[in-house]
Amino acid sequence: MNLLQSIWRSSLGKKYIMALTGAGLFLFVTGHMVGNLQFFLPPEAINRYGHFLKTTPEILWPARIGLLAMVALHIASAVTLSAKNKAARPQPYAGKTKDLGASVASRTMLMSGLIVLAFIIYHLLHFTAVVDSINGAGFDFDQLYEPNSGHPDIYAMIVCGFSVWYVALFYLVAVGLLCVHLGHGLAAMFQSLGLKDHVWGPRIGAFAKAASLAIFLGYASIPVSVLVFGHGKAYADVVKAGIVPDAAGAVKALKGGAK
Amino acid sequence: MKVKLKVWRQKNRDASGEFKTYQSPELNPSMSFLEMLDVMNEQLAAGGEEPIAFDHDCREGICGTCSLVIDGKPHGPHKGVATCQTYMRSFKEGDEIVVEPFRAHPFPLVKDLVVDRKAFDRIQHAGGFISVRTGAAPDANSIPVPKEAADLAMDAAQCIGCGACVAACKNASAMLFVSAKVSHLGLLPQGQPERYRRVKAMVDQMDAEGFGNCTVTGSCEAVCPKEISLDFIARMNRDYLVALLKGDAKKPSGGGAG
Repeated sequence: MNLLQSIWRSSLGKKYIMALTGAGLFLFVTGHMVGNLQFFLPPEAINRYGHFLKTTPEILWPARIGLLAMVALHIASAVTLSAKNKAARPQPYAGKTKDLGASVASRTMLMSGLIVLAFIIYHLLHFTAVVDSINGAGFDFDQLYEPNSGHPDIYAMIVCGFSVWYVALFYLVAVGLLCVHLGHGLAAMFQSLGLKDHVWGPRIGAFAKAASLAIFLGYASIPVSVLVFGHGKAYADVVKAGIVPDAAGAVKALKGGAK
Repeated sequence: MKVKLKVWRQKNRDASGEFKTYQSPELNPSMSFLEMLDVMNEQLAAGGEEPIAFDHDCREGICGTCSLVIDGKPHGPHKGVATCQTYMRSFKEGDEIVVEPFRAHPFPLVKDLVVDRKAFDRIQHAGGFISVRTGAAPDANSIPVPKEAADLAMDAAQCIGCGACVAACKNASAMLFVSAKVSHLGLLPQGQPERYRRVKAMVDQMDAEGFGNCTVTGSCEAVCPKEISLDFIARMNRDYLVALLKGDAKKPSGGGAG
């Protein structure tokens, strides 16, 4: 039988796919977070970065297609494996069952994954496709241009996006669940690929905990800084002034105050 | 002491089952769980009721025949202990103890608490052995085995094939069992010639039997009466990956001196 067929058909083969695509997606999530953290630099930094990506299709599209393929394979394996798992116990225990050492994260991987997926779809519509009817801010983020360069203003878009409390809250819940998902998944992927033993088990466990927590803190810092600490509000108000009438007053009040 | 026993009764595979609650006669706290069931059955038989069917054999924790999910945990409340070595002193006077059979599609129910675990035998037949030429016994120590490898192989070989791992797993996965059987031979020099053929054949048979997949929850390890480590599953995954990449062995191309 050819190799790809044997991988797809066997239980362990699908676990390898889960692990490898999971590893790829984890690397993306890490890179994406590092890119996003430019939000804490002056607005030009993340705007320049966004402009670079958007105007470099030879990097952007292979990355997008690769990510889509990984997400599709990750989900397809998860769903087929999970269907087999359900079929393996058609009659559940009638009495009370116990967790028997299984963590909450390990028991809810499918659910946390599906909620994160729902978030990703929203997130893409929100910030990538820039569908203005779902952003809750009441205006089109496509209208935000950086005053100096005239390029789309990503910095202002992030500020305006997360100024809507329920959007920020959904974001926080999603990255929280991602953290839970990764807390189990990062360790399990090494197990699935057979790269774990009594020496590396504890190290991998510690890495999974630390990395998933770092991912959570890195991502969560952005909406929290906007919503709680008003980070970037003054700048965004200036950018917004051109398109939203009621922002003009705020700009006048701040005139001379902001750099 | 006396306890209440809420036990799964089911006439056969096709009948529908239900819990029935029985009051035990006076028990000695030093009785094993199985002895308690024996006493219970005597009482049931005396009263004209069908005794509770349950699996048992050696009653000293090494044969893997006893099973039972006791109060939601395969083999009862203790760690590293099979049902046969669980004693009534682990329960309190008047406790209601819930007893169910192992539940998994590849372990079809036979009667009451008895399930058919022949799926494990078929996995063993697929590759859980070594092929040796018969003849005179080799000299002792003619094949050097590092102490560490021998110890680890022994840890894996402790598996008694009871199926508690399957019963505990939320996916009814048999990977702890299969990985123990794969590793126990795969760690020793005698097991090397068939190492990759073995893991491939056993995992494929495990899939064919309809067991679920490992999601690394660790429940199997937590209930295993022999405390087989989850690390063996990683070892099996590694060997299976190598086996997949190696592919099947080259077929002999005719001729030869036969």
